[in-house]
This record gives sequence, C-alpha cells and structure tokens, in this order.
Amino acid sequence: MIDKNQYEDRNEVLYAPAPQTSWEPDASFEALRQRARMLDSIRAYFRERDVLEVETPLLSQAATPDVYIDSFVVGSGSRSRYLHTSPEFAMKRLLATGLGDIYQIVHVFRKDEVGRLHNPEFSMLEWYRVGWNLARLIDEVVDLITQAGDAVFKRKKIAIFQLSYRQSFENALRIDPHEANTDDLRKIAIGQGLEVAEPMNRSDWLDLLFSECVAVDFPRDALTVIYDYPADQAALARIKPGIPPLAERFEVFAGPIELANGFHELADAGEQAARFAAENRRRAKQNKPEMPVDQHFLSALQAGLPDCSGVAMGLDRLLMWLGGWSSLQEVIPFTWDRA
Amino acid sequence: MATYSTNEFKSGLKIMLDGDPYAIVENEFVKPGKGQAFNRVKVRNLKTGRVIDKTFKSGESVEAADVMDVDMQYLYSDGEFWHFMVPDTFEQYAAGEAAVTDARPWLKEQDICTVTLWNNSPLSVLPPNFVELRIVETDPGIRGDTATGGTKPATLETGAVVKVPLFIEEGEIIKIDTRTGQYVSRVK
Repeated sequence: MIDKNQYEDRNEVLYAPAPQTSWEPDASFEALRQRARMLDSIRAYFRERDVLEVETPLLSQAATPDVYIDSFVVGSGSRSRYLHTSPEFAMKRLLATGLGDIYQIVHVFRKDEVGRLHNPEFSMLEWYRVGWNLARLIDEVVDLITQAGDAVFKRKKIAIFQLSYRQSFENALRIDPHEANTDDLRKIAIGQGLEVAEPMNRSDWLDLLFSECVAVDFPRDALTVIYDYPADQAALARIKPGIPPLAERFEVFAGPIELANGFHELADAGEQAARFAAENRRRAKQNKPEMPVDQHFLSALQAGLPDCSGVAMGLDRLLMWLGGWSSLQEVIPFTWDRA
Repeated sequence: MATYSTNEFKSGLKIMLDGDPYAIVENEFVKPGKGQAFNRVKVRNLKTGRVIDKTFKSGESVEAADVMDVDMQYLYSDGEFWHFMVPDTFEQYAAGEAAVTDARPWLKEQDICTVTLWNNSPLSVLPPNFVELRIVETDPGIRGDTATGGTKPATLETGAVVKVPLFIEEGEIIKIDTRTGQYVSRVK
C-alpha cells in the first residue's frame, strides 16, 4: 500500500494526468443525488412563491465587456457568437416586458477560470424580484439556502452575519477601504506576509486583500453577507450618492467561499451604456478584445426596466458547502480537464 | 526572452524571480466574481531549495528560466564534485554538493540520472525512480518470516539507511523507489 504522505513534496506524482481509462465521474453517487435534491428544492421554492422559471439563449451576438470576465467565442458563419457568462441581459429584457418575477437555472461559461473553486462551465441560479429592495432579497437568499440545505443534508439552523464592505476591512485589517490609498494597501498586504508581483493598482489591492485577508476568516459554518461595495465595484448595480458613493450590491459568502452576488438593478440606459463603454476602454488598454455591446438589452432599459433586485448564485459551490465537500471536482460529474 | 503567462502556470514550470530560477510547486487560481483574478503559487528556489509563496495578477507574464533537464550518466565523485556525462556526446559536467544533496543517498556509478542545467551548469540532480543497491549492514535475517510485515533498518552501499523486511540479509541487493525512499523488492 502507498502511504500518500510520502508524496507530499512530490506534487508531480499525485497530480499526474489521469490515465485514458478513467472515464468515470469524479463526483460520488452521494454528491450527484444531493445535487438532484438541491435542484428539486430550489424549483419547489420558487413554485410556492409564483416565481416563473425561464430559459434564455446560451449563445448570444453580444457579450459582457466586463474587463475581468472573458467570454468563449464560438464561430458561426461570418459572425462570431459568445457563450453567455450570466443570463442577466436576456432576463432583464424579459423583465422589461412586464413578465414579473423570474428565475433561471442554467450553465454559464467563463474563459480561463480553472481551479479548486472554479470551473469554466458552471451551474448558476439567477432570479429577479420586481419592486423588492436588497434587504428583502438578502432574506430570501438566506431562506432559499436554508431550504436547499435541508434537502441536501438535514442541517442545523444556518447562522448569518451581515456587515458592510467597510466593516469587514475594519474588523480584519483595521483600515477603511474607502479612504486607504494604494500605498496604505500595499503596506497592509506586506504586513500580512503577502508576496505580490507588481504592478498593482488600488482596486487590485482591495480585491487581493479582500479575498486573502478578509474573506478567509469568515466563519466556516455560517453565511456572511457583505453590502455597500465601493462604487467602482458596482458592475450592474445602482450607485447610492454620498461620500463615498456606494454600490447597491451585496455578496453572500459560505465560509470564505463567494456564493452569490446581488444588485439593486441599474435601470438607466444612458448610464449602462456609459459603463459598457468604460469597460471596453479598459479592455483596449489591457490589449484585450473589445466586446460587442448588447443593444437589445440597452433598448430594453430604454423602454423601461421595472424597479427590481436580482441575484446570481453558483450552484456547484452551494452544493459543495451544503454537502461538506472540499472541491468542485467532488460535486461536478465531469470537470474541465475531463469534460 | 521566453515568458510564460499565468494561464500556463502548472506544477513543474521553471520561472525566473528576482534573478533566481524557481520551479512552481503548486498553483491556485483565486478570483472574486467581479474583480481581478490572481494566481497564488508556491515556488521552490532551485538553488536553495527554499519554498516561498508568491501572488501574481492573472494575465501577467513571467520570464522563463533557462533550465533544461538532461539525462546523464553518473561517473564518480572526487569528494568535492560529482561528475556526470551525457552518454551521446561524452560531454562532462561537474555538480557541486548543493546540486546533489537530495540525490546523494541514491547515486550509484553508471546509473542514468536527470541533471537540471541552469545557464549550462548543474543545478540539481534527480536519481532514477528505481535504484538497485547492495546492503552493507543490517541485523541477521529471520528465516521464513515473510508474512508478519515487520521491518528493520539496513545501511546501503551509498550510506543511505532504509527500512527492509525482516528476511532480508546483509550483502543482498535490493530495489528502492527513490521518490519515497522505500524498499520495493529484493533483486536476484
């Protein structure tokens, strides 16, 4: 018998490519059954609340220009199509028609995101509530996770902590993330023992410190909700004016793992178009291809998006946390390398 | 100058950091949903063997280390240097003590080893996965005991000490897995 500890310093041995014959799933029967129960419970949850299940295209003529998210390009005749990175634009077109509350369970695709907590193709739950504010949606997210937790694996009550982006930095690092400048952040990172290859700008430091020094200490068995993000991390959220201006956005963490991201949805077509253009300019600066902007989506905003809040949740990670698994490989039948 | 993008990071890749060659031991992708992605890597300094953590912004490029693995035959040691030869060209290389530290217990003359060259000088030596070495000292064997699974220490001709089954005798040649330092079998 091989003692695996003997191989500790010899990663190349343990991580050697799987032989050709290993056609079977990495995920166990138990994980696959838990997945089916989780999906069932989510659909039941929305059925009871009259939220309509919808399906939107996976392949679109437009793509997100978000500089941090890269779409897969699929050749199709003379014009390329893009695999969606989230069903957000199409679902908002449905919302603008007055269809009401909707949800979708769908695979989404993000290029180059591979790791223990990342698979370039993953399962997403996204839903929108018309006329709701963020606080109400946060309560529903927690409620839905609790119900899914019961379905996957009878759990005790799940503890919830809610704190602002600023409080989370103050608790962990004793700095105000809205006030600190690039030098302050660099000094904090070095003080925390992070060895970082520069160049890093201010928002890079915030992203790194948040995931490496703030989120890592969130309690493992609880959900932590972070709200009031800096305005430059708003993405598609509305911005509350003030000093500093804050994004009406929240994120839900299961232990240190990012699980869901919600917005009070930006409805201003002009501002949305400006944010898309700004992202495309950042892409050009970084020598990344600019993305065709979704004109249908902008037209829908122009026609009028009802006041609403929406949230997207990674279902593979949710299952991983609820079932007590330690990597996506344990809950996805065939991950990227073996798909 | 060759470079690698963080997308190409994987264990075993050789890169330059602050003027020293390093090998990537572990690579973890870290990314917030709406923010900058990072590669958090553990890298081993190929000169000192020290392992450090380093974080890179995903998408950045890093200089590749001019490091080459060449199969060479181990010839002999003069006490200060360990001499190796490329079998095809008879080209010889002298490796210093630092380069052979890990391989030393398993180096047997004429065995083929993998020598890592950096800027054409030996940086480290990897012995074959399996070596056959003679036992120069061990407690007397217990005849017939092949089932109890007990072990005893045995000193090999290179000076290395390994655990062997109780029935193995002094003077026997045994096969060792150098990756684990464990006894594999006896050699006729």
